[in-house]
Amino acid sequence: MTGFVDLRDVQLAYSGHGTETLALDGLTMAVNRGEFAAVVGPSGCGKSTLMKLATGLIRPQAGTVEVAAREVDGPVSIAGMAFQNPSMLPWRTTLQNVMLPLEIVQPHRKRLGRERAAYTQLAEELLSVVGLAGFGAKYPWQLSGGMQQRANLCRALIHDPELLMLDEPFGALDAFTREELWQVMRDLHAEKGFTTILVTHDLREAVFLADRVFVMSARPGRIIVEHEISFPRPRPIDLTYEAGFNDIVHELRGHIAEARAAA
Amino acid sequence: MSERWIKAAPWLWTLGLFLIWEGSVRAFDIEVFILPAPTDIWAAIVKYWTPIWTNSLQTLMTTTIGFVMAVVGGLALGLAIGWSRAIYAGLYPLMIGFNSIPKVAVVPILVIWFGIGTVPAVLTAFLIAFFPIVVNVATGLATIEPEMEDVLRALGAKKMDIMLKVGIPRSMPYFFGSLKIAITLAFVGSVISETVAANSGIGHMMLAAQSQFNVPLVWAGLVALAVLGIVMYAAMAWLEMRMTGWAHRSGQR
Repeated sequence: MTGFVDLRDVQLAYSGHGTETLALDGLTMAVNRGEFAAVVGPSGCGKSTLMKLATGLIRPQAGTVEVAAREVDGPVSIAGMAFQNPSMLPWRTTLQNVMLPLEIVQPHRKRLGRERAAYTQLAEELLSVVGLAGFGAKYPWQLSGGMQQRANLCRALIHDPELLMLDEPFGALDAFTREELWQVMRDLHAEKGFTTILVTHDLREAVFLADRVFVMSARPGRIIVEHEISFPRPRPIDLTYEAGFNDIVHELRGHIAEARAAA
Repeated sequence: MSERWIKAAPWLWTLGLFLIWEGSVRAFDIEVFILPAPTDIWAAIVKYWTPIWTNSLQTLMTTTIGFVMAVVGGLALGLAIGWSRAIYAGLYPLMIGFNSIPKVAVVPILVIWFGIGTVPAVLTAFLIAFFPIVVNVATGLATIEPEMEDVLRALGAKKMDIMLKVGIPRSMPYFFGSLKIAITLAFVGSVISETVAANSGIGHMMLAAQSQFNVPLVWAGLVALAVLGIVMYAAMAWLEMRMTGWAHRSGQR
């Protein structure tokens, strides 16, 4: 069975200053269409490299990367990305920031001129889904960190991507805002059904949001454990304080401790 | 109250400087050909108003033309350097080397090529004002956040898209900031050229006054240059504020 995102025996090394650093070696993972996958692992294990591979920003030296049953040979453009740094453009309003991908991705790029009103409405609807109704005209620097991150999610989703790649998007937020955004993310995924790969350090975040959690080894990274999370959806936030939930978090923590010790 | 003091501060400090100056010259009885008092300079400004005015216009013209050329050329080269690492690697050492050459040493060459007068002054202003603009525009382009670039490239953005949507807007505060440095340098350039080889302009007027031991007029020329410099600097600062106010957002929340 092949997945929507399918990495097989991927090897990737960064070269520089005459030395080669092996970031990933023999990494195999498959994420099904519509699935929410989380990738956790010790720091420096090549999680961010994984993001770049799946979106076609870099190519592996060995192995294959397939997205939507096509070998990735360049930027995939069906993906949306969001990073820990919201990287909003300060000279654009929040709404204009959210609509930025529409100025790049076809077919929206061609249509945007003629159908600007419809697209603007779409963006405003998306902003209100994440709780930013009425903030479109504000500049990003007038928003709090949590609000900027909400806008960042909107920007990643505005072109209706089939694949959403998240690289520790909630890492810099305070605990309460983070839990709020987990719920926003949960609802967006439930509503739109895109395939998601979330790279994170936060095991509770991974277990709360994901259908499957992949644990990576220390560098060079590969998948050492795959853990199905079978809590029924929609999951209430209180789930994160239940014993069964904490058992899984604890177990994953054990795997990461082993991976760190092995390094 | 304090707000009003801050508004008045530039005038008060300038007035204070002139008062101390005037007082010192009188107290120590300094000869006028060593250091004229502000009142002597003022008298020279009134007396020689017509030549000061026409020469100021000449200097202002050469400076402005050279400055505009530097803006166009500097912006173009800065964008080219920021665009391509090959252009950057090839041109940067050359430019640093060129910028290290004292521009006063270039003026004789310009005179050989173009003769005495307006053209060498314009070109010297251009040459001296050009470098900070290039460096600043290139710096602006070099500071694109890598995450932003990844987000756009993953969407299939071409290099031109990233340049237009992110790179150029991002480098604009650097560009407009560099104009403030470039305009004052452009004055330095044209006055250098005028003192070496010209028949008009503030630099030429000061040189002529010096040879006649008309020291108050030399100082009046300096004052005229300072005033022109402040006015042009203020114009650039205003332009910067108008064009890239988003980059100066402290206290605007």
